[in-house]
Amino acid sequence: MKNISRKTLLSAFGILFLIALTYAGCNQSKTSLSGNEAEQVYVAPGTYDEFYLFTSGGFSGQMGVYGLPSGRHFKTISVFAQNPETGYGYSEETKAMLNTTYGFIPWDDSHHPEFSMTDGVPDGRFIFINGNNTPRVAKIDLKEFETTEIIEIPNSAGNHASPFVTENTEYIIASTRFSIPIPQSDVSISSYKENFKGTISFIKLDPKTEKMNLEFQIIVPGFNYDLAHAGKGPSHDWAFFTSYNSEQANSLLEINASKNDKDFVAAVNWKKAEQYLKEGKAKTYDAEYYRNYVDHKTQIAVSEKNNQVKVLDPKDCPGMMYYLPTPKSPHGVDVDPTGEYIVAGGKLASVIPVHSFTKMMKAIEEKQFDGEIAGIPILKYDAVVAGEVKDPGLGPLHTEFDDNGYAYTSAFISSEIVKWKIGTWEVVDRIPTYYSIGHLCIPGGDSKKPYGKYVIALNKITKDRYLPTGPELTQSAQLIDITGEKMKLLLDFPTVGEPHYAQAIPSDLIMKNSVKFYKIEENGNPYAVKGEKDSRVERKGNEVHIYMSAMRSHFSPDNIEGVKVGDVVYFHVTNLEQDWDVPHGFAIKGMNNSELLIMPGATRTIKWEPKKVGVYPFYCSDFCSALHQEMQGYVRVSPSNSNVPLAFSLGN
Amino acid sequence: MNTKSRIMVAVAALMLILTFFFPLWTIDLNAPQYPEGLGIRIWLDQISGMKPNDLQSINGLNHYIGMKVIDPESIPELKIMPYIIVFMIVFGLLNAYMKNRKLIYIWLILFIILGVIGMYDFYMWEYDYGHQLNPDAPIKVPGMTYQPPLIGSKQLLNISAVSLPSTAAIVIFISIFLNIAALYVDTKGKKHEN
Repeated sequence: MKNISRKTLLSAFGILFLIALTYAGCNQSKTSLSGNEAEQVYVAPGTYDEFYLFTSGGFSGQMGVYGLPSGRHFKTISVFAQNPETGYGYSEETKAMLNTTYGFIPWDDSHHPEFSMTDGVPDGRFIFINGNNTPRVAKIDLKEFETTEIIEIPNSAGNHASPFVTENTEYIIASTRFSIPIPQSDVSISSYKENFKGTISFIKLDPKTEKMNLEFQIIVPGFNYDLAHAGKGPSHDWAFFTSYNSEQANSLLEINASKNDKDFVAAVNWKKAEQYLKEGKAKTYDAEYYRNYVDHKTQIAVSEKNNQVKVLDPKDCPGMMYYLPTPKSPHGVDVDPTGEYIVAGGKLASVIPVHSFTKMMKAIEEKQFDGEIAGIPILKYDAVVAGEVKDPGLGPLHTEFDDNGYAYTSAFISSEIVKWKIGTWEVVDRIPTYYSIGHLCIPGGDSKKPYGKYVIALNKITKDRYLPTGPELTQSAQLIDITGEKMKLLLDFPTVGEPHYAQAIPSDLIMKNSVKFYKIEENGNPYAVKGEKDSRVERKGNEVHIYMSAMRSHFSPDNIEGVKVGDVVYFHVTNLEQDWDVPHGFAIKGMNNSELLIMPGATRTIKWEPKKVGVYPFYCSDFCSALHQEMQGYVRVSPSNSNVPLAFSLGN
Repeated sequence: MNTKSRIMVAVAALMLILTFFFPLWTIDLNAPQYPEGLGIRIWLDQISGMKPNDLQSINGLNHYIGMKVIDPESIPELKIMPYIIVFMIVFGLLNAYMKNRKLIYIWLILFIILGVIGMYDFYMWEYDYGHQLNPDAPIKVPGMTYQPPLIGSKQLLNISAVSLPSTAAIVIFISIFLNIAALYVDTKGKKHEN
């Protein structure tokens, strides 16, 4: 490959891309479903989907929740982006979730949802997702479908190989896409090779408190670390990361990082890393990072700043890390259900290399090395590779597994899913996707026990699949039946934000635990009112605290006077309802913040700084009851020098 | 009185202990917006929701039509009923010991009278809640009252109210029946002896 000139290679891929698109385009208009596809995706009104599907929101920074097989959208979970619809990131109770060492950041780019696991199988407790741009990992509690913790990752840039969990959620692993000077410093970009490094982070989930803690990092050569997966079964102690740009280019990477025949899959023995950590082999680096979490009692997000992190260097830790040579800028790295095979998607490669864990262990034992980089031995390709899938489509990216010994690889350039048999490496089926598939998802498809049944294609290009909506088109997923010998397209459905990775789980693992409302007697928010009689207004200097209750169909108090221009007004609204699906909204004219959406039994606070004299109406913005339109009130705002006394009332 | 009858009277008395652990009456409210159900359970000594907070939800709904808040604390019957049952248990056990048919008749008549009074009282309580409406209620439907049925179902605006005796009431019924049966078995036994 090295002999082929840069230009030839480029134009070849360009043409292939065009052919792929044209081919797919022609094919699409001819696609006609036959048989019982409609029946297979029809979920009758009032009945439930078999699976929940969680899709990354991509550049929306959120996470989408859908049902399968219907493709119906249920919720968008606010994670890294403010959401004025609910007040997430605006209300005093949630603002702290978005704190970072760079200040308050109301957005991120989220790529990879990953369930917490027990014994290598999704357990339905949590789902994690990465913030790619300002490195963070979020934890979403699946009892509430709410983000309850976000940890910032220091010494990282482009938190892309993240978050992937070990077999029993011992660790959530995350790695840098961008290498950067570590610790950060003012150096010339052209000094990349000398000064830039990557890190692999291990976030421990405390089994009792369920809090995330950045346990340690491993400092690694300055490549781009792309994706990851933890081992399982025999490979339980290991985690695997793809890397590209082993050329260590710092400009025009599309050319300069595509030169080497082989880049690497990094294999990290995290058990050994733990041991080295215990032995005191780690250096303590100064590194500021935030951990934001929802306090269990008050339900208020709290930010905690940490200043140090333990860092292991492979040079000091023999046997902790190895490089497995892997063709052409590998993207995804996926471990089969048995834990034996490590599949890498070499996005510019003509084959899919599959590494064998057994062979890897043997090669380590026999020291079949092909040199080393920064103290990390490079294993011989032939000593670790179990087989190569030939003719796997162009641009193979990601692989998921079914429950019958087959693997499914997405091919971006040829826009298809390729099904192949584990062991014989033989391609048995392929199906086009519309268009340019990135990730794919099989329920439980990266776990020890895949549920199989469907593969979901998560596409990058939509073009003519739906009614057009101007230049910006919907994002799209496709549902494909994999129960038969031939894959069968069942359904296209739009998604919120760009779906990178997605994960699906049987509904019954989650729905039985779903919270219906919060018990008012357990509301520990210091600004809560437990009953209407406690509602009141208090002034502290220029701060006015309104302790307000909401109950069908009135706020208490609903007439408030004595607020002055220049005051900082806090509306602490408690929804006193103790019934399922009765949230109340709160909105006041001229509010520079968002509205509040308050779940039954919860308290939410929004800050308001009135700037003009007048009487301001407020109302419930979530249609709550037959007398919802009556659920309103007024705040009188007087000049800053006025003597209007503070007064509040209801019903007179 | 023969042993069989005495055992029946004793069992009839002891089984009344169950009435402390099960509701007497259920009122279920069915409405389109409550697929998960909504209802109240009336016990010897309390009124509870079918689910936690149902009572609060029902009170919340009732305020639209101006019904009074159902407050178990303000209902004296709930304080008296447990004593009545304890009395009937002791009385029943005494009967099993005393072998006096007359006293069993008295137990029966007393319990039936108490039951009838109880039902009448319950009816009056329902009547009062259904008719004593706050004149400032947001929803006023001319001629509409909201008395739930004593037994059976009734449509009240969007809500279908179904009122039925529950486990404890059935236990009381069986207890009464057992005493009647005990008298009958005793009479029959005597006839055989003759």
